[in-house]
Amino acid sequence: MKLRELAHARTGDKGDTSNISVIAYDQGDFAFLREHVTADRVKAHFADIVRGEVDRYELPGLGALNFVLHSALGGGVTRSLSLDAHGKSLSSCLLEMEVPDNQSAREPA
Amino acid sequence: MRTIRIGSGAGYAGDRIEPTLELAQNGDLHYLGFECLAERTIALAQQARLANPDDGYDPLLTARMETVLPTCARRRIRIITNMGAANPQGAAQEVARVARRLGLHGLKIAAVTGDDVLATLRGGDYPLLERPGTVAELGDRIISANAYLGVAPIVDALRSGADIVITGRVADPALFLAPLVYEFGWDLADWDMLGKGTVVGHLLECAGQITGGYFADPGYKDVHDLARLGFPLAEVASDGSAIITKVAGSGGEVSLRSCKEQLLYELHDPTKYLQPDVVADFSAVRLEPDGADRIAVSGGSGTTRPETLKVSVGYRDSYVGEGQISYAGTGALARGRLALDIVRERLNLIGVRAQELRFDLIGVDALHRGGQNALHRGKQDAVSEPPEVRVRVAGRTATLAEAVRIGNEVETLYTNGPAGGGGAAKSAREVIAVVSTLIPRSAVTPTVQYSVA
Repeated sequence: MKLRELAHARTGDKGDTSNISVIAYDQGDFAFLREHVTADRVKAHFADIVRGEVDRYELPGLGALNFVLHSALGGGVTRSLSLDAHGKSLSSCLLEMEVPDNQSAREPA
Repeated sequence: MRTIRIGSGAGYAGDRIEPTLELAQNGDLHYLGFECLAERTIALAQQARLANPDDGYDPLLTARMETVLPTCARRRIRIITNMGAANPQGAAQEVARVARRLGLHGLKIAAVTGDDVLATLRGGDYPLLERPGTVAELGDRIISANAYLGVAPIVDALRSGADIVITGRVADPALFLAPLVYEFGWDLADWDMLGKGTVVGHLLECAGQITGGYFADPGYKDVHDLARLGFPLAEVASDGSAIITKVAGSGGEVSLRSCKEQLLYELHDPTKYLQPDVVADFSAVRLEPDGADRIAVSGGSGTTRPETLKVSVGYRDSYVGEGQISYAGTGALARGRLALDIVRERLNLIGVRAQELRFDLIGVDALHRGGQNALHRGKQDAVSEPPEVRVRVAGRTATLAEAVRIGNEVETLYTNGPAGGGGAAKSAREVIAVVSTLIPRSAVTPTVQYSVA
């Protein structure tokens, strides 16, 4: 199933660095996210976009992970040739990631 | 416990204006902050000022002040904004003109300057943060260099009784942290309180992004009445805890999920959010529901401020040429690919000198290159057939004339390319880019000038 069933996400940008938060709808899914949404998997998911390293920070109190993608915005928001120079759409792209089926997956409203 | 009510009137330079008036009229505010200065905006403003010495401030300053000044003056709501951009004094004069036109007299206006450190940088050896090289090596391509100032000059202005404080480059959260420092008498070395205030400023600075903007996802995150999205306000207590909310009757939502997303927006290491006044720590921030559209925020902290200030340097980087054209119906994908191949070959054939080129099919791979429709990773068979595609070619060049040739080669697909190409568009522009460096605090001297409308 897709990560979208368990989490929501938002992209931010600073220079050539993108950050994507991945936030569990249900705090109880945080351990599952921590296990399956690793920095390596995120780097592989954006293999054709991210040129640098991917760091992951954990915020268990919020049920959230924060990914920092280095050299990810085509040389920087102000000079990127990309249609989406800020990388605003990357959060939704990340939610396409496949994760193992999880019992607590929410029913779409 | 005494609380201060601070509203957020804009999240970027071009933001909506009428939600700001709604907030000023119904938010029972003490302060209204406007964050309108993205990384590159000040370089563009500096270019405008070079063309006209009276210009160089936010293009919407006049419209925003005409809309909110009568309400703010009547309700004694003090305004703090970075809409001064490259010319805070010019902006202050314009606000005074607006006030007089509206028949508002006696408003004290403060202009904060000192963020412009271009002269200092030219004389020193400052390494760039993003890549090898120094500021000096950018030579005469440099347009602007502005240090991120902290709260101190804004606090001074509030102490001096300013009704409206207009800055150039300051840290975005400082626009909201400053009134807290002033009202509650927080010490500028009380890192914990400055950290808590920075959390509040960070949550407010993008306006609608915490009330349900940049958020809705139908079926998953439904948000009501987005066309009437309300802007946020914070009720901040003297211990630094706060309630984030919005005015009753406005659209959108202030919820745990909207606040979590905004707390992590543009954050890297949650324990080290670097600001001129403090290194804020967001890692133990707590968010709790406190009634409809009300979220209680607590648990921020901070450590000693950095010894250096970040400087954004705007410079003339390059030129970008771009062209787009669309294809529809069965076979649209194949015709779009053929179009890209033709342009690629044409650019070689006629010798366009590009430093970097990008070939996209909008609707397939322009946003998520290498995603499930992995056109550019040799998985062409995996691409599902879209009903229509839009070809986009963009390239970086050293001159405008060379950039123009890129869009031309897309446009000529009309009569020379695949069947049914429609809606061609082309553009060529100079790229003003931004790089960063660090400067010692001692090299920066903020100053405040006052006028009365």
